[in-house]
Amino acid sequence: MDYTIKIGGEAGQGIQTIGDTLAKVFSRSGYHVFTHQDYESRIRGGHNFFQIRFSDKPVMSSRVKIDILVALDKESITLHEKELSDNGRIIYDSSALKQKHENQRFLDIPFVDLAAEHGGSKIMANTVATGAVLGMLGMEPGILLGIIKDTFGKKGEDIIKANVNAAMAGHDFAVKQCITCSFSAAPLAKPKMLIAGIDSIGLGAVASGCKFYSAYPMTPSTGIMNYIAGKGKEYGIIVEQAEDEIAAINMALGASFAGVRAMTGTAGGGFALMVEGLSLAGMTETPIVIALGQRPAPATGFPTRTEQADLNFALYTAHGEFPRVIFAPGTPEQAFYLTNKAFDLAEKYQIPVIVMFDTYLSDTEWTFDGFDVSKLRNTEYRLRGEAMEKLSEYKRHAFTESGVSPLAIPGESRHLVVTDSDEHDEEGHIVEDAETRIKMVNKRLFKKLPLIRQEIEPPVLYGDSKPDIVVVGWGSNYGVMRESVDALSKNVKIAMLHFSEIYPFPSPTPLPRGEGAKGRGEFDYLKLLRDAKLTICIENNATGQFARLMRAETGFEFKASINRFDGRPFLLEELVEEIDANIRRL
Amino acid sequence: MPTLDDYKGQTPTWCPGCGNFGILKTFKDAVVELGIEPHQFTIVSGIGQAGKFPHYLKCNTFNGLHGRTLPVATGIRLANHEMLVIAVAGDGDCYGEGGNHLNHAIRRNINVKLFVHDNQIYGLTKGQASPTSMEGMKTKNQPFGVFSEQLNPMALAVALDCSFVARGFAGDMEHLKGVMKEAINHKGFSLVDILQPCVTFNKINTYEWYRQRVYHIEPEYNSEDRVSAFQRSLEWGDRIPIGIIYRNNRQMLEERIPVIMDKPLVKQLPDLSKLETTLKEFY
Repeated sequence: MDYTIKIGGEAGQGIQTIGDTLAKVFSRSGYHVFTHQDYESRIRGGHNFFQIRFSDKPVMSSRVKIDILVALDKESITLHEKELSDNGRIIYDSSALKQKHENQRFLDIPFVDLAAEHGGSKIMANTVATGAVLGMLGMEPGILLGIIKDTFGKKGEDIIKANVNAAMAGHDFAVKQCITCSFSAAPLAKPKMLIAGIDSIGLGAVASGCKFYSAYPMTPSTGIMNYIAGKGKEYGIIVEQAEDEIAAINMALGASFAGVRAMTGTAGGGFALMVEGLSLAGMTETPIVIALGQRPAPATGFPTRTEQADLNFALYTAHGEFPRVIFAPGTPEQAFYLTNKAFDLAEKYQIPVIVMFDTYLSDTEWTFDGFDVSKLRNTEYRLRGEAMEKLSEYKRHAFTESGVSPLAIPGESRHLVVTDSDEHDEEGHIVEDAETRIKMVNKRLFKKLPLIRQEIEPPVLYGDSKPDIVVVGWGSNYGVMRESVDALSKNVKIAMLHFSEIYPFPSPTPLPRGEGAKGRGEFDYLKLLRDAKLTICIENNATGQFARLMRAETGFEFKASINRFDGRPFLLEELVEEIDANIRRL
Repeated sequence: MPTLDDYKGQTPTWCPGCGNFGILKTFKDAVVELGIEPHQFTIVSGIGQAGKFPHYLKCNTFNGLHGRTLPVATGIRLANHEMLVIAVAGDGDCYGEGGNHLNHAIRRNINVKLFVHDNQIYGLTKGQASPTSMEGMKTKNQPFGVFSEQLNPMALAVALDCSFVARGFAGDMEHLKGVMKEAINHKGFSLVDILQPCVTFNKINTYEWYRQRVYHIEPEYNSEDRVSAFQRSLEWGDRIPIGIIYRNNRQMLEERIPVIMDKPLVKQLPDLSKLETTLKEFY
């Protein structure tokens, strides 16, 4: 079983509600689920869709072919009819769309009339449609009814009952009408966790003891602020919506200076405004985590679409030289753990850490067996209360062997905490002399950097251990690359190398004491690449920014590249075909 | 009790005769008289001659970026609202580069004390016009004189219903000390614009120029009447009022956030025992 359902319509028609509900039904049924959305920068009208793929085997990308199209407007049919699989079906409401299709592939279900008749209101048409999809698949409605009870619990018994009736009406109607449908759902299994990339970052922040989040809303980062704000009361977190991104990063730095774990989040355009603050974090050695959501640019670009074109920006932006760490998780699970690692490294080394993602990772929902909270690193690195009071003297920027100076909380003792955006001495006061400057650069940069490098994990290798073909990527392409390797591995020796810890660039061979050395054996990714006949770098940008970084850091040059920069993600069949075309050229 | 010796900082690099010396001395006197110890407060400063202020006394210090004092100060207050937070900025810093932050700090009513060293000129970059430079003032960069109208920070603040609006003069230290103490004791965002002669670059607004014009706002003046405060805030030219122009009792931002009703954020250690329950929400 490997089905794809697409729900298409105008913004404001409730596509997301249907999609979210169905995805929840499938994950609670124990299936593997992958969802992705495509929407325009508008609140009403236009054309949007929500696509759900579910299977009894792991799925982590979207396919071109769809099995059920739920058409809430005419345009959905015009645009997506050609994507229908051989046994696919389109369900629609002829009275709502004011058009009738006699073709066998169409199933006319009176969403609106059934909603009015059984639910008592036309607004339950989407509930009817949701029930109908399950009916077509031959799935029992029990799990859906449970979700309806959860969703409408606060609105009272009458509302629950009306929605249950509407769902049942859609379900039963589809069961009767879809007699030629050949769908069959796999047996149920243990419910799975269903989570989107953006919520994983928010959850990761909460799970890392983040106490302060300030941001200015901007797609695709706003979901982090929404998530954390929703958890603020329970976990004791202040979320402040700043007047602009400049204020956002400076507020977070103020909160971090005052003694709490702090974070900000934005997209490329907002990050451009934060750049001066990034440099301030570098100079004052103030820990901060920055979530950077990529979307197609320059300037406003495609506000709601996806791209991976801000890697160079994140790597090289900000005046001056200071250490930074850049992560680019490939899955919601990686996003959760890497956000935690971002906080850990930011606090441990008193540096800015950037967690990069894109609209695609932000919006896609994946299923997992669960996240393991025992794997989280939540070490307290700050100097507090008594430990601080006991010191005979305190210097915020004291020279130390590791380059890391004790980070104290102002006000918790008589010791003063002083820092400066000017070059400063150990106490934090402005200096002009060359000798202190050299010692400070040495401390901030050269002493810390080798230690930070040891924390960086190598890329993930998936597939053949001695591959002829290696596909390489970073960030959100993890899933589609991995499934492409699965699809092609029948014919060729192929593997994927996926980088999620981008900078400092992971060492090709294990470093003696690093986290990355653990359980890594003799794995040398550079040797793997050099031994392969064909290496392809896959990126959602026009110029191959990661390929260039690889060349700069290791001297390795990929033989081929696949770049997509139309604002859309790679779909499975398309990427398999492009990789295959490269293989055929060998 | 703290003494002036506790507040001895580094040696100032300001020009001899700079108005900042008067502000520095007055500030030290004010905190000593209020019994505030150096570790009990944080000064956030920006860039410009005023930005160096906290180095010349003793206190927790975040000397950040030009124009960005208020966001940093806001972050510190939200993380630790038991800490007295004072922002020190210049007129270019706070009314120019960071103008937007001023509007929003006033709106939030975060309990930060903003002391603006207003010398009506850019000092550190050597004599360009600032937002408060008077129309017509000629500088190297404004050879035909300043075309833009002078920014009136007092009127702006009253218009935005700022919780505490006052003006002082660096040449009238006893009066300035009173204003500073009132500002520190006030609950809510407090703007104190301090007229500060720049002896090197501003040859118009000199000590003498200010002395001929400033007058103490009369004791019977009702600083809680916003309409008369607005009228008073518009006075500039032959007569310039110094003292508390306006104040109100608006609720502070810190008093409105449920998360910090019991204790400051910095004293709440993260409680991650609920994580397993939170994870269940995704099933």
